[in-house]
Amino acid sequence: MSPSLPAKILPLAAAAALLASGCSSGATATDAGPPRPGGTLTIAVGSNPDCLDPQQTGTNAALNVGRQLVDSLTDQDPANGEIKPWLAERWESNADSTSFTFHLRPGATFADGTPVDAAAVKTSFDGVKALGAKALLGLGYLAAYRGATVVDPLTVRIDFTAPSAQFLQASSTMSLGILAPAAYGKTPEQRCQGDGLIGSGPFVFDSFKQNADIVITKRKGYAWGSSLWRHQGEAYLDRIDYKIVPEPGVRTGSLLSGQIGATTEVQPVDETQFQGNGFSEQTRPNPGIVFNLHANVTRGALTDDNVRQALVKGVNRQEVVDTVLSPNYKPATSILASTTPLHADLSAQLAYDPAGAARLLDAAGWVPGADGIRARNGQRLTAKVVYALVFNQSQSVLELIQQQLRRIGFDLVLEPHPNAEVLQIQQVNSYDLLWYNVTRADPDILRNNFSTKAGNRSRLLPGNPLDAVLDAQAATVDPAARKQPVTEAQRLIVANGYAIPVFELTQVVALGPDVHAVNFEASSRLQLFDTWTSGS
Amino acid sequence: MRRYLLRRAGQAVLVLWAAFTVSFVILYLLPGDAVLAKLGGADTGTALTAEQVARAQAEYGLDDPWPVQYGKRLLAALHGDFGKSITTGDSATHMVLTALPPTLAVAGLGLVLAILFGGGAALAGTYTRHRWLGTLLQSLPPLGISLPVFWVGLVLIQIFSFQLRVLPALGNHGPESLILPAITLALPTGAIIGQVLAKSLRTQLAEPYVEIVRARGAGRARVHFGHVLRNAAIPALTMLGVVAGQLLAGSVVTETVFSRDGVGRVTTAAVNAQDVPVVQAVIVLAAFCFVVINLAVDLLYPLLDPRVRREVAHV
Repeated sequence: MSPSLPAKILPLAAAAALLASGCSSGATATDAGPPRPGGTLTIAVGSNPDCLDPQQTGTNAALNVGRQLVDSLTDQDPANGEIKPWLAERWESNADSTSFTFHLRPGATFADGTPVDAAAVKTSFDGVKALGAKALLGLGYLAAYRGATVVDPLTVRIDFTAPSAQFLQASSTMSLGILAPAAYGKTPEQRCQGDGLIGSGPFVFDSFKQNADIVITKRKGYAWGSSLWRHQGEAYLDRIDYKIVPEPGVRTGSLLSGQIGATTEVQPVDETQFQGNGFSEQTRPNPGIVFNLHANVTRGALTDDNVRQALVKGVNRQEVVDTVLSPNYKPATSILASTTPLHADLSAQLAYDPAGAARLLDAAGWVPGADGIRARNGQRLTAKVVYALVFNQSQSVLELIQQQLRRIGFDLVLEPHPNAEVLQIQQVNSYDLLWYNVTRADPDILRNNFSTKAGNRSRLLPGNPLDAVLDAQAATVDPAARKQPVTEAQRLIVANGYAIPVFELTQVVALGPDVHAVNFEASSRLQLFDTWTSGS
Repeated sequence: MRRYLLRRAGQAVLVLWAAFTVSFVILYLLPGDAVLAKLGGADTGTALTAEQVARAQAEYGLDDPWPVQYGKRLLAALHGDFGKSITTGDSATHMVLTALPPTLAVAGLGLVLAILFGGGAALAGTYTRHRWLGTLLQSLPPLGISLPVFWVGLVLIQIFSFQLRVLPALGNHGPESLILPAITLALPTGAIIGQVLAKSLRTQLAEPYVEIVRARGAGRARVHFGHVLRNAAIPALTMLGVVAGQLLAGSVVTETVFSRDGVGRVTTAAVNAQDVPVVQAVIVLAAFCFVVINLAVDLLYPLLDPRVRREVAHV
């Protein structure tokens, strides 16, 4: 039997779309410079940020705003993960990465006119630590924070009680962005609403209407931009107006009809509408842990190593991307996304190999039953995956994986839950598989989720080989020295099937014909300093 | 009359207390944890210790035994304080009250349009001498009820905003942003009003008093709009309570489709995040609206119907 017509056309269409997107994510035909200052960017976001303070929030909706308001000690190069100067001109750390000294550039000020000095940095770090569980990301970054010391007005030392190599990258994130001392005279709740949200960034907070819009305006006299930015001095845009538009079809239609200049969270089905025709797309995979099925090795069939390895072989990642997502999304090539520093390419180990999976299961004594699902000693080959619908396409992706795994005789049961319940289920250890991703541009995120001293979502026993390499990579900031343990950690996770990587979450932003240079920083959040508009 | 008013006011207070108590039982005593919802809201990969979770719960007063929580919250609610939102940190009362005006604006305009659409279709449908026109007009309400609000909103946006570009698709800035959402809301609501009014108009037209009025020489228009409409309005007025519920439920959808701030958006977000203080504030506010509307309707009856007026006078 010959393949049906759509089967012949689909790969062609996918290839065409790939070419189109490849062209559009770089310079576009309309990207005719030179950039000019002035104008307003109206950009649609899909959800209400709830809280704008970048120190307190972990959602993209909020961080895409917060990044423009606060500066960080350092910046991270999205191209290679290197840490570069920003508010700090240079820095050094001790041998075991428990102490970091930053030398600040002179002349930077907060929006209220006070100087960005060592005392302000100390106040800000102490402030993040004091937030406790309210500082969702900072809590992890400063887990071993001992304190900050003002060495001289422009020199500050941050000390930790345990090796914290990840801190250098964390110092580049908006979660550890520096707020003015006056900000801590307000309550965390007030800062959430923008009251006292005073940073030293290229834009200043103007207004926040819940469920409607957030307005930020240019900071006059800004002159201490990150060393990674394309231009120095003030931002180009006078004003950025974030519109909160929950309905994806309305975001798409509003951009196509010229009512807004750009939109985030373009749905895979809408992507083709912004290719060519003057519109363009900017895309970047999120660094960190890819969307994966994280196995609990203490429960049911997943206690069997062969079963977990069969699952790694039984998921067809390319098919997931081709049928449910779009060519802008990449199949996972490791547990870390390709945009994470020290990512190792394990695509050979992650190749689709249903025959190999079947062989593993046969050898382990799992025999296909009447319904095609295997069993051993009366135990069915099945597991439940617990997930929250944070990413729109998760449901479709999991349904497809369910079909793929059925082919190797594995019964995947889908169990959607509200967010709160997922965390509860995690805490009481009552899951077979967890479906999630985490955005972080440092491989230390593996320690958070796999180390027996941290999240330990696989429920491994202390003293295992993975723990050792995770500890080793946490002890040094030297990328050359970290490479070996980080590579080994990724290899161990995939080889043992502690987690089954599937695809890399990708940010897709569509731009109208007049909008240029909407950039992503290293964690794939918006960086709008170089953005400009050629419209009226 | 005074006793009637006092009794109605007493009932209103009872309804509000019941709304508070039932929502407390459902929201605070049933499983589900708002603080965990917030902490789990962003997948940050940070492992929380039980102690950190407990500290966060204590901050929102969720660690007291339930009778203490109930007492504290009821006392605070009497002062208009439902606690602070777990997702935004803002006072729940403040959040709901600031979201109220945009919702009332759309709902108010929607109600006016609904009365015009529904009332107009019912009056014209029962008044016309053309049988085909009557049939057509009277088939509109079932059609209006069966159209999904979500779909109507998207179609209106597609036509008037994306194609013709005459009205904005999003936001709540200026009166022009009210038009499309109000029409969206008015369609199902107008259909209900039209359905009820048309039915009671037909019932009234068949009453013997219509013959008497005609025999005294009143014209068709005078009979229809002067006598029959006045009597037929009472059942339609009773529907106002139901219609208010329809408007609130519809606002959840219209505010999402048209990217407007309002009680509907606040409610959906709060329910998704299990933000219990906000959900409770919304429930009590909704109960308050029902109580006020129904009280107003009850007070209007005596004005329309002399028989009710006499009954009330004797209570």
